[in-house]
Amino acid sequence: MTGLFTAVFSGFLLAAVAPWVHRLAPRRSGWILASLPLALTAYFVLHIGPIAEGAAFRAGFSWIPFLGIRLSFLLDGLSLLFCLLITGIGTLVVVYSGGYLKGHPELGRFHAYLLMFMASMLGVVLSDNAIALFVFWELTSLSSFFLIGFDHERAAARAAALQALLVTGLGGLALMAGLLLMGRIYGSLELSRMMAEGSGPLQSNPLFLPILILVLAGAFTKSAQFPFHIWLPNAMEAPAPVSAYLHAATMVKAGVYLVARVNPLFAGSPFWFWMLVGAGGVTMLLGACLAMVETDLKRILAYSTVSALGTLTLLLGLDTIRATEAALAFLLVHGLYKGALFLTAGAVDHGAGSRNVAELGGLRRAMPITALAAGLAALSMAGIPPFFGFVGKETIYQAVLGSSAARGLVTSAALLANLLFVAIGLIVGIRPFIGALKETPQHPHEAPVDLWIGPLLLGAIGLAAGLVPGAVGHDFVLRAASVVMDRTTETHFSLWHGWNTAVALSLVTFAAGLTVFAARHPLSRGFARVSGALAPVGPARGYFRILDGTIGMARGVTRVFQSGYLNRYLLFVLFTTVGLAGYTLFFRARLSWPEEVLHVRFYEAGLVAVMLVAALTAIRSRARLVTVIALGVVGYGVSLLFLFFGAPDLAMTQILVETLTVILFVLIFYRLPQVIVLSRSAGMRLLDASIALACGGLMTALVLTAVRVQWRPSIASYFSEHSLSLAKGHNIVNVILVDFRGFDTLGEITVLSAAGIGVYGLLKLRSGRGEAP
Amino acid sequence: MRSLILAATARFLLPILFMFSIFLLVRGHHLPGGGFVGGLVAAAAFVLYGIAHGVEEARALLRVNTISLLGVGLLLALASGLLPLAGGEAFMTGLWFQHPVPVLGKLGTPVIFDTGVYLVVLGATLTVLFNLVED
Repeated sequence: MTGLFTAVFSGFLLAAVAPWVHRLAPRRSGWILASLPLALTAYFVLHIGPIAEGAAFRAGFSWIPFLGIRLSFLLDGLSLLFCLLITGIGTLVVVYSGGYLKGHPELGRFHAYLLMFMASMLGVVLSDNAIALFVFWELTSLSSFFLIGFDHERAAARAAALQALLVTGLGGLALMAGLLLMGRIYGSLELSRMMAEGSGPLQSNPLFLPILILVLAGAFTKSAQFPFHIWLPNAMEAPAPVSAYLHAATMVKAGVYLVARVNPLFAGSPFWFWMLVGAGGVTMLLGACLAMVETDLKRILAYSTVSALGTLTLLLGLDTIRATEAALAFLLVHGLYKGALFLTAGAVDHGAGSRNVAELGGLRRAMPITALAAGLAALSMAGIPPFFGFVGKETIYQAVLGSSAARGLVTSAALLANLLFVAIGLIVGIRPFIGALKETPQHPHEAPVDLWIGPLLLGAIGLAAGLVPGAVGHDFVLRAASVVMDRTTETHFSLWHGWNTAVALSLVTFAAGLTVFAARHPLSRGFARVSGALAPVGPARGYFRILDGTIGMARGVTRVFQSGYLNRYLLFVLFTTVGLAGYTLFFRARLSWPEEVLHVRFYEAGLVAVMLVAALTAIRSRARLVTVIALGVVGYGVSLLFLFFGAPDLAMTQILVETLTVILFVLIFYRLPQVIVLSRSAGMRLLDASIALACGGLMTALVLTAVRVQWRPSIASYFSEHSLSLAKGHNIVNVILVDFRGFDTLGEITVLSAAGIGVYGLLKLRSGRGEAP
Repeated sequence: MRSLILAATARFLLPILFMFSIFLLVRGHHLPGGGFVGGLVAAAAFVLYGIAHGVEEARALLRVNTISLLGVGLLLALASGLLPLAGGEAFMTGLWFQHPVPVLGKLGTPVIFDTGVYLVVLGATLTVLFNLVED
């Protein structure tokens, strides 16, 4: 079953070559690149049948075996629903991007980021291993960062990208901690193994509450729940297809996916219930109200997305079969209409040159197809029959009416949010196209086919799904819901359930929604006044306070440590070393003099004498060159000592390092003033001397003690025994470097490269500007 | 300040030292040597040539950009670690050919890794030293 691997990694591969594909066919790159998501959509569609019958598909191989980390994928009802959203909408968005950014010099790079995101997102929803899930999770944050900051020459785009990365990235770290703790409790990082064990071990563990908070911190930051919702509206700095894809249809749903995925482990706990219902409810209402305040099409849609994410969280928190079905149905509904609305917003911006709802009107004649697409999506958003949005809303009402706790409160909140949704749908999807034509910055014209095909298809699917709700419900929603609830369900979805409370609530919603739409101007002013008054204590201000505080602290610390004086750096390093190592040595290792008399051979004593003389010369000398040569003598002496004690590898390396160091010093001297300025006072010289003596004394004591102290069993015998059998080498030093500890070496040569490039940068920068940076 | 003796010697020393560095790299798995020392010897050889004949000529003789050496070395080391993944083994598992190659001895991914180390050490040292000499 390697199909799942191919499904995830083909996106990364295509992302790597996307810029070249774009260069080969700049006009058609969107259509060409969209063939991969299209093929993946077909691949996942083929799985609908078996999965609706209850099958699940797995694939996996060992990644880091000794940590229990596998790259394992699982395709079940829940992942399938997400996979189809990701690849299906992905196809349309890739096509759309080709048209939206036509002629943009960086379109190739954009395609690469977009495909990388798609692959990462597939990885998130297919991963069965907690660590793999975390890695893909962070990859989505990273690609989101690149996409929001795509227009990187604007400061606002950069700031928004950074904000999204910081908020979702920190949440991701919390999630990792939570997942690792869960892995300890269950003894396995495989999510399906945890599910098989059930919620018992987790919920009876004293760490249950911290784990719950950590996991939800990850989910809430990603899915923009209050108070972490602030990054999402700012992420609208990204181009329209990104907003449609990442920030409406897929990435922001990753948190919802996570909650749904781990629900069987956490469900039943009152904390889980109240955290989800509380945060979800607040987010749902707050997002809807703030959407009314905005005038920019994309920001309105962003806040309504925040609200929709709150609705999803709330529904999952209710933890009834009906509520879970409602959440998953609404997830599908929302992905379809919100994706379409974002894309039409981009098309309107493209065609008319403005996204301000106050400036737009009567565009239906100039942009008939876009108007049709937006209208279809808006009617689904408003929940008008026979659109799928109506089915979604009905199910939500049935779910909240069946809530086990706080039924009145939850139902009124859902009613309020839904009626605001009716108004918002009309404002963004209908209002710009009807009425008299308004003056816009550009003469409005219809978008090219790349720009209208996506939203039109999404809108049409929203309508088609509403006409056959039973099939959609059975094939997608029920299978996914049975995964979330960990038991099978057989509810029937239909447009018409007969007269009941839900239908009555729908009628109220629609009537009240129309009223709100009519009274939108005074309402918007009212909401704006309240949100303005609350701004000083709001989370947006809090984010900047924390950010500024962190940067200020970093600046302070930097000012203390990075003074620019080499001798002060050395002072810090040496003080710390002497302090920490000395403390450990005297209080933990019990300093001792070796009992056996050291056998010093005469030539060793002679060599040491030479080195001592050289060291004293280095101190006393006033000429730099003499100092360097004297230090070189000390260094070569050390190499000889290595040779005496049977370490030719070390000796050889030491000799070469000494040689190159002397050359380096000599070269640097060209750049220094001719004379050593001995302006340092006697007190400073005394301090230098004492530090030098302390360092030397400490190292001596350390070496003498280290000979006798053995805290852990020595690993040397393992290396010498296995060097030939495991690594096929006689030279243990080299085998350790390239095989046993090869990973360390890889890190070291990476650091070496970074240092080399750093020095290069500093030198070039200096000579380029003619002044020290 | 060009010394004729140094210039003449450097011409002969460069190929000898360079071959010696490769020799060190290849024998490193069984006898003292290895990519790190080999890289340092090669760097010393080019620096010596650079001091004797000027960095321009040393660079021309090297042909490739010193920073490219860094990149290629890092990629080589990484690739040697990634190679076992294709066979379902863990990252950086040592893979060896069954039969030793004449002169070179047994070949395997650790040898590729060591070559990467060699190139990175050579590239980093030369990047720093050449640029210091130049301006």
